[in-house]
Amino acid sequence: MSEATVSVEEIKGQAPVKRKAATRTLSRVARYTGTRLVILFITVVIGVYLTILIANMGGYVDQIQRGQIQEAVSMQFANDPTFKTLSAEEKVTRMSETIQIQEKRLGLDKPFLLRSFTFLRNALTLNLGRALQMASDSGSKQVKLIILERLPATLVLFGTANLLLFFAELIIALSLSRQYGSFMDKVFITLSPTSAAPGWFYGIFLILIFAALLHILPFGGMVDAPPPSSTIGYLLSMLKHMILPLTAITLSQIFLNAYTWRTFFLIYSSEDYVEMAKAKGLHSREIERGYILRPTLPTIVTTFTFIIIGMWTGAPIFETVFQWPGLGRQIFMAVGLYDTPVIVGSTIIYAYLLVITVFLLDFIYALVDPRVKVGGSEGREG
Amino acid sequence: MKTLQNTFKELTRYPSAIFGLAIIAFLIILSIYAMVSIPYSEAIRLWRGGEGIWYKNPKYAAPEWINFIRPNKLPTTIYLSSQAGSAEKTITQDKQGNNAITITAKFDYPYNTVPPDMAIYFASKYTNKQPYASITWLTPDGREIRVADFAVAQSEVYWFSQDTKLQRRLAGLEPQQGLFMLDPSAGLSTPVKGTYQLNIKVITFEPDTDLDAEFILYGRVSGIAGTDHLRRDLKIALLWGTPIALAFGLLAALGTTVTTLVIAACSVWFGGWVDSLIQRITQVNMVLPFLPILIMVGTFYSHSIWVILGATIILSIFGAGILTNRAIFLQVKESAYIEAARAYGASSWRIIFQYLVPRIIPTLIPQLVVLIPGFVFLEASLAVLGLGDPTLPTWGKIINDAQRNGALYAGLYYWVLEPAALLMISGLAFAMLGFSLDRIFNPKLRGL
Repeated sequence: MSEATVSVEEIKGQAPVKRKAATRTLSRVARYTGTRLVILFITVVIGVYLTILIANMGGYVDQIQRGQIQEAVSMQFANDPTFKTLSAEEKVTRMSETIQIQEKRLGLDKPFLLRSFTFLRNALTLNLGRALQMASDSGSKQVKLIILERLPATLVLFGTANLLLFFAELIIALSLSRQYGSFMDKVFITLSPTSAAPGWFYGIFLILIFAALLHILPFGGMVDAPPPSSTIGYLLSMLKHMILPLTAITLSQIFLNAYTWRTFFLIYSSEDYVEMAKAKGLHSREIERGYILRPTLPTIVTTFTFIIIGMWTGAPIFETVFQWPGLGRQIFMAVGLYDTPVIVGSTIIYAYLLVITVFLLDFIYALVDPRVKVGGSEGREG
Repeated sequence: MKTLQNTFKELTRYPSAIFGLAIIAFLIILSIYAMVSIPYSEAIRLWRGGEGIWYKNPKYAAPEWINFIRPNKLPTTIYLSSQAGSAEKTITQDKQGNNAITITAKFDYPYNTVPPDMAIYFASKYTNKQPYASITWLTPDGREIRVADFAVAQSEVYWFSQDTKLQRRLAGLEPQQGLFMLDPSAGLSTPVKGTYQLNIKVITFEPDTDLDAEFILYGRVSGIAGTDHLRRDLKIALLWGTPIALAFGLLAALGTTVTTLVIAACSVWFGGWVDSLIQRITQVNMVLPFLPILIMVGTFYSHSIWVILGATIILSIFGAGILTNRAIFLQVKESAYIEAARAYGASSWRIIFQYLVPRIIPTLIPQLVVLIPGFVFLEASLAVLGLGDPTLPTWGKIINDAQRNGALYAGLYYWVLEPAALLMISGLAFAMLGFSLDRIFNPKLRGL
C-alpha cells in the first residue's frame, strides 16, 4: 500500500505545474467514470434479466406454481370437514376464489413478461423479496435473511482457504523462482497437472482416508451435532470440520498456481532491468521487491480481487460433498425447489460485487501502475 | 506435416508428455473396446435394466481382484441351475403319473466369511395345483437342516435371509450365517468348509407339472469392477464412461476454443460495433454465475448430455479466452502480410479464415488440451450433483450413486475409487500433455 501512495504523491506533485492539464485530467476521469458506470450498470441489468428468464424457464415456473396452488387448495377443500356441508357448486366457486387469492399473492395474475420487469426492478434495487419454498433456519422466508444466514459459512471456509492459499502460493512461487531448477521446483512442476481435478474430487479421497478409514476427522458438516455450547468449543469443533475442506482446496490449487506464479515471476526476472539491478550488486530481497514484485503488482492485485469475489459465491459441488451449509449448496437447493427469488437474489449480489470490483480495478491499476492513465487512450476499450 | 513431426519429436523429450500420451492412448483403446464389446443400445439396456437382468449378481460386491491382496478370501457368487444342468435334476413318476422331482445343488465352500445372501428362483409349469417343494440343507459334517416347505407358484423367489421361521430354527442366527455354522446356538464362528448340498424335493399333483430351480449363493466379490446397489456390474459404466468423458471433454474444449478464436478474429477485424458488441457480451457473461446457470439448465430444461454440452460451450465461449485471443489478433492485424492480403483485394472472411485464424492455431493446441480435463471433471461434477444424463452410464454417475448410498460410510471404497481413479488419470494425462505442449509452443516458456 505504501507504494500506492507514492504514485498518488507523484500525481499530486505534478499537479501545480500544469493546472490546465489537471482540470483536463479531472474532466477526463469524470467522463470516463460516468460512461464506465453506465456501461457496467447496463451489463448488470442484462445479466440479471437473463438470469430471471432462465430461472423462470421463460415463464414455465409460473405454470408449475399454478399447479401446486391448485393441488394444495383442492387438498385443503377435500380434507377440511367445514367445507363438507357446502354444495358442490358453492365449493367450486369457493375453491376458485381461494386459488385466485393465492395466485394474486404470488403475483401470478399478471402476465410473465410484465412481472419479469418487476422482478428486475426489485432485484436491481436489492429488494430481494420472499422465497417461494425455502426458509431460513430461523423460519423466515425473506430471501435476504436466507442468504445472510448462509453467507458466514461460505465466507469462513472460502475466505480462510483463498487468502491463505493466495499468500502461500506467492511466497512459494517467489522462493521457487529464486531457486529455479532445484528439486522443489521440479516437484512443483511435476505435480502441477494434479490441479486438473477440482477440490471436491480430492475431498472424496480425504473423506475416505481420514473419516472412513482412520475415523479421526468428521465426514462433513460445519460443527458437531449437537453444537458445543461454549464459544471456544464451537470454534474448535468448526476448526476440526474445516481441516478436510481446507486440505482439499489446497491440494487442488496450490501446485498449479504456485507453478504459474513462479513462471510469471521468472519471465519478469529475465528482463534487462533485473539483470542490471543484479549487476549493480543489489540485495536479492531488494531486487525481488523493487524489480520483480513491483511491475507484477497489477496482475497480483487483479488475481487477489477476483479471489475475494470468488469467496462470495461458494461452490455448490464442494459444499455438497462436505455438507457445508454455505451459499453454493443453498443455490443448488433453490434450483431443485424452483425457488426463483433465491436464485435471482444470489445472482444479483454476485453481479453487483463483480461489477463494483471491475470498476474499482481501473482505479487501483492507475494507483499501482504509473503507466496506466484512467480514461486514457486505453480507456476506450472499457 | 513437418511441423507436426517436429512437435512430436520435441514432445518425446518431455517424460510427462510421453506419460500423458500413453494414458490417452490407453483411454482411447478402452473406449474403442467398450464400444465394440458392448454396443451402445446394449449398454443402455443393461445399465437401465433392473433385477430382471441382474438378479444373478450380488449387491455391493467388491471387485474380484481384491482377493489377490486379501489374506482372507471373500466368497464369489455360486450359481447352480437345474435347467442349465449345473444342478442335478431327477424325475421319478409315481403310479398316478405325477412327477416327483429332486433337484440337488452341490458346491464347495472354502471361505472364511459367510455369503451376504442366498436365493432360489423357481420356475414351474402347472395348470391348477401348485407343486409342493421341501428344501433341505446338508452341511459338510453330515447334518441335515430343514430349510423350508411351501407351494411353488409359477415364478417364485425364496430368499434365505427373509425366512424368519428358519432363523428361529437356527437359534436366531440369520439363515445365510446359521446354515454355515457348526453350532448355530453358539453364535457366529467361522463357516464350516467343505461341500454343501441343497436338496429340493418337489411333489407334484398333476401329470405334466415341471419345475426348475436356480440356486444363487451371492458372493462378496463379483466381476472385474464389482457391483452397485442395483446389482449392476460397474464394469459397464466404467467402460462406457470412458468414451463419454473423452467425447464430452474433447467436444467442449474444441467447441469453445475454435468458436472463441473465430469470434475474437471477427471482433478484431471488423472492429467498430461488432467489436464493442462482442465485448459487451463477454462482460454480461462474466456477470452470469457459470455453475448455477448450468445447474438450472440441468434441472429445469433437460438432463441430456448434449444440452448440457451446448450450454457449457455457450457459457465458456465469451470468457477470458476471447480477451487473450483478441490481444494477440490486434498485433497480428498490423502484420505486413495482412496488409498484402488486403492490397490484393482479399475478402474479410478470407482474411479471417485464411490469414488471421491459422496464425494463432499453435497457441490454440495447448489451450485446447489443457481445457479438456476441466470439462471432463465438469461433466462428473454435474453428475455428482445428480444432474447427469439419466440414460448414460458415466463415471460421475457411479460416484453419485455411491455418495447417495453412503458408500464411504459403509466401507465400499471400490465403488468410489474406481471411477475416481479413471477420472484422475484422464485428467492428469491431458493436463500433462497440455503443459508440455504449452512449453513447446509458447516461446516465452521455453526452458522455464
